Amino acid sequence: MVDRFTGSRVEPLARHIAAIRARYPNAKPEWIADVVRIVAMSLDRKPSFRQQRLLREIAGLERTIVDAKYELAALRGYNIHASHLPTATNELDDIVAHTASATHAILENCEMLDNLAAELPTEQATGLHEATTHIYEACSFQDITGQRIAKVVGTLKTIEAKVANILATFSDSPLEPYAMDLHGSHELLNGPQRPATAMVQSEIDQLLASFD
Amino acid sequence: MPIDRSMNVLIVDDYKTMLRIIRNLLKQIEFHNVEEAVEGAEALARLRAGNFGLVISDWNMQPMTGLQLLQEVRADARLKSTPFIMITAESSAENVVAAKRAGVSNYIVKPFNAETLRDKIERVLPHG
Repeated sequence: MVDRFTGSRVEPLARHIAAIRARYPNAKPEWIADVVRIVAMSLDRKPSFRQQRLLREIAGLERTIVDAKYELAALRGYNIHASHLPTATNELDDIVAHTASATHAILENCEMLDNLAAELPTEQATGLHEATTHIYEACSFQDITGQRIAKVVGTLKTIEAKVANILATFSDSPLEPYAMDLHGSHELLNGPQRPATAMVQSEIDQLLASFD
Repeated sequence: MPIDRSMNVLIVDDYKTMLRIIRNLLKQIEFHNVEEAVEGAEALARLRAGNFGLVISDWNMQPMTGLQLLQEVRADARLKSTPFIMITAESSAENVVAAKRAGVSNYIVKPFNAETLRDKIERVLPHG
């Protein structure tokens, strides 16, 4: 009688089973049968429900990547990185320049009014000075809006750099990776805070007084 | 006791519109001897060469920030006791504390009015 475990293909398996029996003498043969059945199932090329689900997810991911590549190619067609974002930043720069120019004109005329006040009776001169003072105070809007716009321009430039880098990564004819131009010292402030979250002058006064 | 309004005041801001506004507001509150600097290094050179009773500086400047200018002023034996008012549009507690630790005399948040400017100046200048 030929031992059914002496064939060259099953010998290693038989040795393993013998080793396992030696190590776990109380193991039941059906446990090994269960393991063998599971291994056999995995070898019959029929994916399990979970495997099928995983495969569907991977296929979906692949479609998403392909779609994203098409969308990025279309984005390139719109020239968002080469034209739209730089145009937006230029327009914001123009706004700053125009408001600065207008503010200078206002200040210049205010200074003329102040000079004219010297020729007026005291009461009228005082009234005029009060009015020009309020105009000077109001003109500081230009500094605040200028800083806010500079912040927005900085954000747009960051987006522009990110878009360029994404396009360079996925495009068939890659763009040069975009070097982020985030100039400026770390010690600079971040610009005006939103009124809702900023500390007001009285809170700052209290904070400073706490040092005394 | 009145404060000496004839003293030289140095205003520092890299934004010329703001310099002009501060100069005019100072004029309205009777400070007529006002000099300007558009950056920290220039301010420091003027301070070392001249005789100023007060510095009013913006924080947000390049390449030398207002905070760095303040630190330089406080490290200079001749200038260290010069009253220094910091003006900024950003008013986080961390910045106020940093400025205070560096020796700021007072701190003004933009936008501000002539009355606030007058009040802060009067608080930091010696009377009589």
